Amino acid sequence: MNIVVLVKQVPDTWAERKLNEGDKTLDRASVDVVMNEIDEYAVEEALRIKEAQGGEVTILTMGPERAVETIRKALSMGADKAVHLSDEALKGSDAVQTSYALGKVLETLEYDLVIVGSEATDSRMATMGALLSERLGQPQLTGARKVTAEGGTVTIERQTDDGYAVVEASTPAIISVMEKINEPRYPSFKGIMAAKSKPLTTLSVGDAGVDEGQVGLAAAPSQVVEFSNKPPRQAGQIVKDEGDGGTKIAEYLASQKFV
Amino acid sequence: MSRWDTAERQALRQLARDLTAKEIAPHVAGWEREGQLPRSLHKTFANAGVLSVAFPEEVGGGGGDSIDAAIVAEEILLGGGSGGVVASLFTHGIAVPHIVQSGSRDLVDRYVRPTLAGDLIGALAVTEPGGGSDVAGLRTRAVRDGDAYVVTGAKTYITSGVRADFVTTAVRTGDDGYGGISLLVIDKGLPGFTVSPPLDKMGWRASDTAELSFDEVRVPAANLVGDEGAGFVLIMKQFQSERLAMATQAWATAQRCLDLVIPWLKDRETFGRPLSSRQVVRHKVAEMARQVWVAKTATRAAYEAWLDTGDAVTEVSMAKNTACAVCDHVVDEAVQLFGGLGYMRESEVERHYRDSRILRIGGGTDEIMNEVIAKRLGV
Ligand SMILES: Cc1cc2nc3c(=O)[nH]c(=O)nc-3n(C[C@H](O)[C@H](O)[C@H](O)COP(=O)(O)OP(=O)(O)OC[C@H]3O[C@@H](n4cnc5c(N)ncnc54)[C@H](O)[C@@H]3O)c2cc1C
Ligand SMILES: Cc1cc2nc3c(=O)[nH]c(=O)nc-3n(C[C@H](O)[C@H](O)[C@H](O)COP(=O)(O)OP(=O)(O)OC[C@H]3O[C@@H](n4cnc5c(N)ncnc54)[C@H](O)[C@@H]3O)c2cc1C
Repeated sequence: MNIVVLVKQVPDTWAERKLNEGDKTLDRASVDVVMNEIDEYAVEEALRIKEAQGGEVTILTMGPERAVETIRKALSMGADKAVHLSDEALKGSDAVQTSYALGKVLETLEYDLVIVGSEATDSRMATMGALLSERLGQPQLTGARKVTAEGGTVTIERQTDDGYAVVEASTPAIISVMEKINEPRYPSFKGIMAAKSKPLTTLSVGDAGVDEGQVGLAAAPSQVVEFSNKPPRQAGQIVKDEGDGGTKIAEYLASQKFV
Repeated sequence: MSRWDTAERQALRQLARDLTAKEIAPHVAGWEREGQLPRSLHKTFANAGVLSVAFPEEVGGGGGDSIDAAIVAEEILLGGGSGGVVASLFTHGIAVPHIVQSGSRDLVDRYVRPTLAGDLIGALAVTEPGGGSDVAGLRTRAVRDGDAYVVTGAKTYITSGVRADFVTTAVRTGDDGYGGISLLVIDKGLPGFTVSPPLDKMGWRASDTAELSFDEVRVPAANLVGDEGAGFVLIMKQFQSERLAMATQAWATAQRCLDLVIPWLKDRETFGRPLSSRQVVRHKVAEMARQVWVAKTATRAAYEAWLDTGDAVTEVSMAKNTACAVCDHVVDEAVQLFGGLGYMRESEVERHYRDSRILRIGGGTDEIMNEVIAKRLGV
């Protein structure tokens, strides 16, 4: 079973994130960066399938030069090799363009499954799996909390509000996973040492057969028109307990649609 | 690029940081109260290969060196772990290197591998109620009887001694003096071997510490580490890495206090202005930072000298005393700058203030370091 995992480097979820004033793209340079959290689950799932059935796990990342740190992390968790699509021309690409570029690279790879995280914490589009499915003409199974792949078929349990649905597709297929699926492992020290000798192919848009005119900010079909920073935190609301504190808290939570 | 900062070591640093944030920091307060670490923590760190970074691959280790081990300890402390956590989680760092060095396949398979895999906990017992500094004067006796040694005596202040499955124990098999000392691996549960309840300490409270007593304990002769009489040399050699680890703990603890104090000074206002606006405070912090830098630089230089030359006894001893003195000063100033809060258990600096005090005592005291340095100077 050969698996490609899409891994994205994103600004640390806990850090203060901002857009560049000029071109309104995400400021990726001045913040701490991490592997998109859900992608860790995607890598873990791919490694588990590989450990049970054999095959190879390939990491595919589109991103600036420093995204190599994130690729190395995936390799040190146990992935076998990686492809890094990195080119100034890609800067500012939106989800549609990104799926075009990643699709181009996927066309050159041999795989049974593409595993993606359900969304990236920076753009929060949650569309990459669907876009790639459309471009590649391959089935997509979303929201997997369990994956079983055997003999040309892949079956998932899709989490729903009241339970789960069992969904099946032929391979090659694209699967998006959610946090319930597993507990990602830490990279290991040996994995870190081994990662430096694992194959890492860096591709420019030219290498990948991506048409430069179709990617990047200028050609993006969607543009960020305006943005504002999130309002400062409001003072909390104090509930005085006069014997009915519990009820008041429940009412508050209900009014905010938390319960 | 500095050898402390290669791409692989940056990744190791990040791994140690992530492990600390998730597996240690949220639990430290609880472990400090309970007085010991859960065994599961050893397993988690073993699975990530972090427990054994500095051990050779042939014995189940990661194949790194002591710089890798130092990086892990630095990150645990800088990320909000405690000295007690480091001391107790890495006790094997002082308990099994002698076994590795002696080269016995059998002892490596029975003790080193399972320990590095996070399945066993080991301790090192040198210090006795009668004295710790004078290692050559130790009195616990082991008398050969057939295929066993019969051990009688006592050890005290033994880190991880309460939880330990086995104890690498310094015993006297021969005459008085250093030539009569050997190392024996003694299993928990052998008849005549008793372990005290945890000793009640000023600091390192997440680390269990015990007194051990041996009353005619029969230990298989196969558990002798190296040759009879080789114990003292093995102990002295391994003391170097223990002292370096103490120096690391000292400067990293001081750095952590600095990291905690700076935001506080910007935030805390007295007489209508932030503390950080007062020159007397600013200069105090600058001085703390200077000292931490000196401690870090000296410690790292000693590691490098030790790795490169194999003999850096003078540098190691100087680094330990330098880093410990800095740590003492910085934790004290940090408590002072936090005012009343610095005296409260809820402030982390309060813990560092208590934890730091052991560093000038354990692994060879300040005075013993100075004895070593003076001797090396030919004085
Ligand atoms: C929390 C903790 C954990 C420990 N963990 C371990 C462990 O895991 N294994 C282990 O074997 N030991 C352990 N120890 C023991 C530690 O190594 C000893 O406490 C230390 O070596 C000092 O020995 P001592 O306590 O017997 O003091 P002593 O040797 O009695 O010394 C008392 C004082 O006299 C000074 N002194 C001694 N001789 C001289 C001299 N010739 N000239 C000038 N001054 C001198 C010392 O520096 C010290 O200040 C631990 C101790 C503590 C507190
Ligand atoms: C165990 C304990 C018992 C106590 N009991 C009592 C009690 O019974 N009643 C009571 O009223 N209080 C009590 N206190 C409070 C104690 O008096 C205060 O903690 C103390 O006055 C310091 O105030 P603070 O903690 O607010 O520190 P801060 O005033 O915030 O000072 C923090 C640090 O900044 C320094 N600093 C402050 N201003 C300046 C400046 N302008 N220039 C340079 N440095 C400055 C301080 O010296 C200190 O090092 C107690 C405190 C403790 C810990």
